[in-house]
Amino acid sequence: MAVIGPGNIGSDLMYKIFRGKYLEMGLMAGIVESEGIKRAASHGVAVSIEGVKAVASREDIRIAFDATSASAHLRFNGPALKEAGIVSVDLTPAAVGPYCVPCVNLDQLRQEPDINMVTCGGQATIPIVHAIARVAGAAYAEIVACISSKSAGPGTRANMDEFTETTSKALEVVGGADKGKAIIVLNPAEPPLMMTNTILVRAKNPSVGIERITASINEIVDELKAYVPGYRLRVPPVLEGDKVTTIVQVEGQGDFLPAYSGNLDIINAAAVAAAEKIAQRMLAEGSGV
Amino acid sequence: MMAKQKINLVDTTLRDGSHAVKHSFTREQAAAIAGGLDKCGVSLIELSHGDGLGGSSYTYGFSANSEFELLKAAASQTERAKLAVLLLPGIGTIEDLKRAHDCGARAVRVATHVTEGDVSAQHIATAKSMDMMAVGFLMMAHMAPPGQIAEEACKMESYGADYINLADSAGYLLPEGFSERVEAVRSAVRIPVGFHAHNNLGLAVANSLAAVRSGASYIDGTLRGLGAGAGNTQLEVLAGVLQRCGYETGADFYGLQDHAENTVNPLMLRPQVIDNGSLMLGYAGVYSSFLLHVYDAAERYGLEPRDILVELGRRKMVGGQEDMIIDVAYGLKQKK
Repeated sequence: MAVIGPGNIGSDLMYKIFRGKYLEMGLMAGIVESEGIKRAASHGVAVSIEGVKAVASREDIRIAFDATSASAHLRFNGPALKEAGIVSVDLTPAAVGPYCVPCVNLDQLRQEPDINMVTCGGQATIPIVHAIARVAGAAYAEIVACISSKSAGPGTRANMDEFTETTSKALEVVGGADKGKAIIVLNPAEPPLMMTNTILVRAKNPSVGIERITASINEIVDELKAYVPGYRLRVPPVLEGDKVTTIVQVEGQGDFLPAYSGNLDIINAAAVAAAEKIAQRMLAEGSGV
Repeated sequence: MMAKQKINLVDTTLRDGSHAVKHSFTREQAAAIAGGLDKCGVSLIELSHGDGLGGSSYTYGFSANSEFELLKAAASQTERAKLAVLLLPGIGTIEDLKRAHDCGARAVRVATHVTEGDVSAQHIATAKSMDMMAVGFLMMAHMAPPGQIAEEACKMESYGADYINLADSAGYLLPEGFSERVEAVRSAVRIPVGFHAHNNLGLAVANSLAAVRSGASYIDGTLRGLGAGAGNTQLEVLAGVLQRCGYETGADFYGLQDHAENTVNPLMLRPQVIDNGSLMLGYAGVYSSFLLHVYDAAERYGLEPRDILVELGRRKMVGGQEDMIIDVAYGLKQKK
């Protein structure tokens, strides 16, 4: 495994990889001597400031996380990794490859060379939309993601539209809603609030009843908890007419980032869960990670 | 006596007022309201969903009619005034802004929470690239001290904002709170400063006057005060007050009164008074648009609306977090 981009996200990914069953942290790649590079080195991880070039030149690297930016993934990292035959798990909003929400569609994506992890809000809400859509259909899905100001980095702040547009699209493509709408709100309260997401779905067949909808949601929450232990239902599904309302909260694992940064934790945890599955397949095929 | 500064009246009946009619404005109403305001000499007329472009949703209430259709209808009746839209990054997008521009919008007010000005950079820059007037709009101004607000205003000025508008979205501030904020921002930026008041504590006109006396030159209002919570500064009243104080607004005082009475009065769903819920918004510092959603949730969960409002204030919820009303109501219900 390699991580490209040794910032907060990249550092948190590293700690999650250390815990991985099928993954081994082979390289932390950046472009300058940064805190993140030093941190990785202090854990005995090989480091480089040659960016994606260093990753591509390592024969033993099979999967790489890209925690840089959408433009870097599009212009440099994505093409270079593809050329080198390394699977990209893309945490930027570049969305070159198909969207991946592990508990919903990972099984269909195991052979893809470049998968995209959507957004933090997408990872937290799409499973619920999918759980409703598979039993009652979803004509419309709307989500409101509230994250603490402290956990919204400069990338998110500079491009709020990227979040809303990518998440809206993935609510449709992966969540199974005919129409998706995503809203994001930053809250500066101190102490910082936990990431909270409200999911509102217009069901096509509300007559299946709240029991079936709740059972379907509980099932997927259990699958999600396997890789995001801090995920919980704050308000269990409520059905009014054809509207299903659910509120979920994500507490981070505090690997590198504070627990209130559930938004950053869930996208990283999803990326690692996806990589674990890909690695498992590679090992089973005898190709080594 | 020195000539007093010209005050620009900004009408937001068709935007903030949209909350009070649960986003039910029709094309005919939009055309009539905007057309009348234009004739009365109001120079900036804001129209969009109450929560800005793209606000039509479960969370903020669905619009009965597309805001783009309403914009076109309003544009057909305005000659001198600029049509403006509100845009909250995180809800509305640049795509929405471009579409609004195609429908006749010539100004955008890009609104962020008072401490989060940096999320407006892209939207302000895009507006300027389309030759639109761009306004940096800082909401919930009571939640940050004047010095910090001045810093956020400077950021918005650096992105290209044409003026900075502060909003007392909770109707919480007292006149001195308006004065010190206007003074702090004025001394930090070179562009004009404006204020948007809510009448939850009965101070909207007094607060607007305090802002003007501290140097604000753009003041928001709505006909009959139509707006979220207890409503906004009542535009026709403000016009009269400013006239008595000797400020030039360029607005037709009698014309605004007649327009409010003939056009807005008949479409109001409830009298725009300070009811108990509105009073509690101002008292507890809660975003005014939450009010009608809180009444709905209180009824659904069998709760006292004031309990929900106070808890929302305690949790420091910001604009756009209407979804948390259900969270709070559910939590209070569980405790009962």
